[in-house]
Amino acid sequence: MKPAIGMKYRKERIDRGIKARTEDIFALLSFREMLYLLAPRAILLLAVFITPLFLGMYGKKVLINTAVFALLAMSWDFLISVGMVSLGQALFFGVGAYIAGILNDSLKWSPLFTIPIATLGGGAICSILLAPVLRLRGVYFAMVTLAMPLMLMRIIEATKIFGGTEGLHGLAPLPGVWLELYLSLGMVIAVLFFLRRLINTDYGLVLSGIRDNDRSVLSSGINIYWYKMQAVFVASAIGAFAGAFMTHAYMFVGMPAFELDYSILPIAAGVVGGTGTFAGSMLGAFILVTLSEILRGVGGVRIVFYSVFLVIFIVVLPEGIFHYLQRKYHQFERWVKVEE
Amino acid sequence: MKDNGPFLQVSNLSKRFGGVQAVDSVSFELRQGEMLGIIGPNGSGKTTLINLITGFYKPNAGKVLYQGKDITGLMPYKIADLGIVRTFQMVRPFYQLPAFKNLIIPLYSPRVKRLAGGKYGDRDAIAIDLLEEVGFERESLVPYKITSALPHGYLKKMELARSIAMRPELVILDELFSGLSMAELASMLPIIEKMISEGITIIMVEHRLKELFRIANRVIVLNHGTKIAEDIPKDVMKSEEVKKAYLGTEVT
Repeated sequence: MKPAIGMKYRKERIDRGIKARTEDIFALLSFREMLYLLAPRAILLLAVFITPLFLGMYGKKVLINTAVFALLAMSWDFLISVGMVSLGQALFFGVGAYIAGILNDSLKWSPLFTIPIATLGGGAICSILLAPVLRLRGVYFAMVTLAMPLMLMRIIEATKIFGGTEGLHGLAPLPGVWLELYLSLGMVIAVLFFLRRLINTDYGLVLSGIRDNDRSVLSSGINIYWYKMQAVFVASAIGAFAGAFMTHAYMFVGMPAFELDYSILPIAAGVVGGTGTFAGSMLGAFILVTLSEILRGVGGVRIVFYSVFLVIFIVVLPEGIFHYLQRKYHQFERWVKVEE
Repeated sequence: MKDNGPFLQVSNLSKRFGGVQAVDSVSFELRQGEMLGIIGPNGSGKTTLINLITGFYKPNAGKVLYQGKDITGLMPYKIADLGIVRTFQMVRPFYQLPAFKNLIIPLYSPRVKRLAGGKYGDRDAIAIDLLEEVGFERESLVPYKITSALPHGYLKKMELARSIAMRPELVILDELFSGLSMAELASMLPIIEKMISEGITIIMVEHRLKELFRIANRVIVLNHGTKIAEDIPKDVMKSEEVKKAYLGTEVT
């Protein structure tokens, strides 16, 4: 409750019991605490798996698209957690999309094989492509990742390989929209929990160490370039899965797979949702794609509204929506009188 | 220890940054178990010298031999893997994590795994033991405290513990004592003395001369990137050149 004007108050934040007792080691003392921990996860799972039941065909397609962007956003967020600023999620997406497309087009392999192969193969190819620049940091690494998908796009255009500007058409579809829907959403949830678990292990601690103080990690006798390569593999495998999935969902792969959208929207999602938690960038992707769909009604000025919303998000909640929600969930707030 | 030459041999090491000769043909030798101090005014090239030895900079000229092996220009993690471990002047720990989690990274290194016979063991427990060893009171749960809540002295001790965790043969301490109170310093000295007694060779870059001279066997003085003196602590400040470097010359 906001206090009366004229008196000096300040906002006090108090950690809830379980949060104050613990940082990462804790014992559950009651069912209430168990509920406290389970509730956010349960709400997420329910929301993700029940929402599709109430959506029409168009809504389902939008949700699939959202899931793809959520995967790319989490992949971007993971690289950020290791201190690598990527402007090129489209590289991962496009490589995965093309591998699945080529395997299906030339060898007629079913999506059952092309998607897993594209996921792992895409991860491997992107890791090799980025291996020479892992020593670069910050903006320099970012510029290379930005250029790479655009370069691959032009190579395909110029050499007319893999269908050239036409792309590859008539690829095998996934059997049914429900499978598409639950495969993509299931993957989003799996990746979310996997990354959140991974970053809290000792291995994840080394990765965060590379972000915070790479010299200190180096002087611990750890080959940070090898670790960065592994991180790139994980991130690009996630992106490549998204690409391979989209190839079969659209039954088409072409140069748009390297489009800048696939690089920029995940970053916007990460910034709106908040980085470092993966849940934040996932939430950001859901918010942004939904927003974009809602604004479809206003026609040409859609992009203006969209940009305005983006600016508002960033100015009002620079920490990100997820960090804000997390804080509200873990802390009480109250107004206390300031002692004069 | 092999008897074929010195433990660490630095010969004619040089590094230039643009027009600045940061380290100019510095040579020295180190025996195993020795405690060498490196002193010099600000900007005299002490930290650059350390960065050259530990592989963070590539030298323009010169050689570093470690136990007879040429380690000049190796990657920093390879040099650390050989047992040359350094601390940093600026501590940048994981502020949001419990203190002991900061030691997980060195405990995760291939060197530690190799020396433990291929097993890492319980890293959390080892980390807490190490912190207790450098003076984090376990009874008052200091190792479990969030790092950002710890005073500067503890962070410096943590940096020391980080190097001990690596099971080092040669530790290079870069201004470990800077910013510490006398009390914190007094509690830090026994830890270093214990490391020396365990046979760890130490190079110490320091501005706190009094404390350094108490524990060092030998001291090197740098000025403008060149070595201007090398002597036992008792005599090193007697050199005219060292006096000039520290106090300046008279205006005539």
